[in-house]
Amino acid sequence: MIDARGLSCPQPVLMVQQEVKRSAPKQLTVLVDDQCAVGNIRRYASGQGYEVRVTEQDDTFTLELTK
Amino acid sequence: MKKWFKDNWLLLLTGLIVGVAALLLAQLGNPKNMGFCIACFERDIAGALGLHGAEAVQYFRPEIVGIVLGALIAALCFREFKGKGGSSPFLRLLLGMLVMIGALVFLGCPLRMVIRIGGGDLNAVVGLLGFIVGILVGVIFLKKGFTLGRAYAQAKVEAAAFPALLTLAFLLSATGLVGLFRSSESGPGSMRAPWIVALLAGLVVGFLAQRSRFCMAGGIRNAVMFKDFGLVAAFAMVIVTVLAGNLILGNFTGFSFEGQPVAHSDGLWNFLGMVVVGWGSTLLGGCPLRQLILAGEGNSDSAVTVVGMILGAAVSHNFKLASSGEGSTPNGHNAVWAALAILLIISLICTFAKKKEGKQ
Repeated sequence: MIDARGLSCPQPVLMVQQEVKRSAPKQLTVLVDDQCAVGNIRRYASGQGYEVRVTEQDDTFTLELTK
Repeated sequence: MKKWFKDNWLLLLTGLIVGVAALLLAQLGNPKNMGFCIACFERDIAGALGLHGAEAVQYFRPEIVGIVLGALIAALCFREFKGKGGSSPFLRLLLGMLVMIGALVFLGCPLRMVIRIGGGDLNAVVGLLGFIVGILVGVIFLKKGFTLGRAYAQAKVEAAAFPALLTLAFLLSATGLVGLFRSSESGPGSMRAPWIVALLAGLVVGFLAQRSRFCMAGGIRNAVMFKDFGLVAAFAMVIVTVLAGNLILGNFTGFSFEGQPVAHSDGLWNFLGMVVVGWGSTLLGGCPLRQLILAGEGNSDSAVTVVGMILGAAVSHNFKLASSGEGSTPNGHNAVWAALAILLIISLICTFAKKKEGKQ
């Protein structure tokens, strides 16, 4: 799991990119706390062939990436 | 291709509207090739507040207030207004100062840089090269793990304080409570579009930029790091719109280095000034415009960055670091070297020392 809450742009999507390049996971959970990071990660992950599911609770967005 | 347009139409629209607004504001009185310039306008605000004594550049620019309020309204409409802060506020203040110092050596923020290119100013192309180099250096550190640390949730009052203070100061200035604020009688600070038009243009641009996440530094960064070309297309859209608009309005006199409005042709310093801006903006996570948008969304780290930029403008003019149409200054050259050294130190420490801390 990646916890990228509170990090400035583009660190959240960069952390996802580095994890995808390192281990090409079939499933990855990412926590972020703003819509901009959600959009960036969704665009990047879709481009890499992941399905992205987003849920929101108490200002935290949980992105479930699956392939 | 169709999907790309579906994903990026709002960014392209923002680029188009920013370009049109810049043309309109310059046509209605703002200085040439300066319809919109975040650095210049914050510098004018610093002058209006009496933080520097450069009489030619003092005016409480409504555009800045409009941009912050436009972003605030968009964030409220779409439930994105949130108190957030605490990610190295003092380093951000310092980085904001450095970005402003670099911008005033070049004479413009990244947004004015593209507006200048669209106006035929080749000095701004030199600036663009420097801006790209600065971003690439910043990207290297980001990839190695650069971070200013996490921001945390803050109270709504912390989020609202900056937009509220800015609005209050603007109302005091616009309602003519003269004597409170300084106001240029000649020079760029005296060249203004009507305040209501400037405010509305800011509101529209702020609203759109909040929705589309428009950012001048993010474009090149995302293209390099993620092969994501949406932002860079918006960047190009501003240039194309301004160029086309200037051709239609008959303002375009060809591409050249000499005789450009509020610009100089010291190539090295145009280049290095924008290296500072590109590098600093990448470390901050966004260009000067983006900092205003984030401040409007309730991010107090960005509010502090904007204050840093205003402070940087005061320092630039008080210590003669800022360039003018006649060229750059020796103090400005020294300041650029100092800014590059400070950027390197911050980059190294926040990349490698943080990693060490993380391992303990």
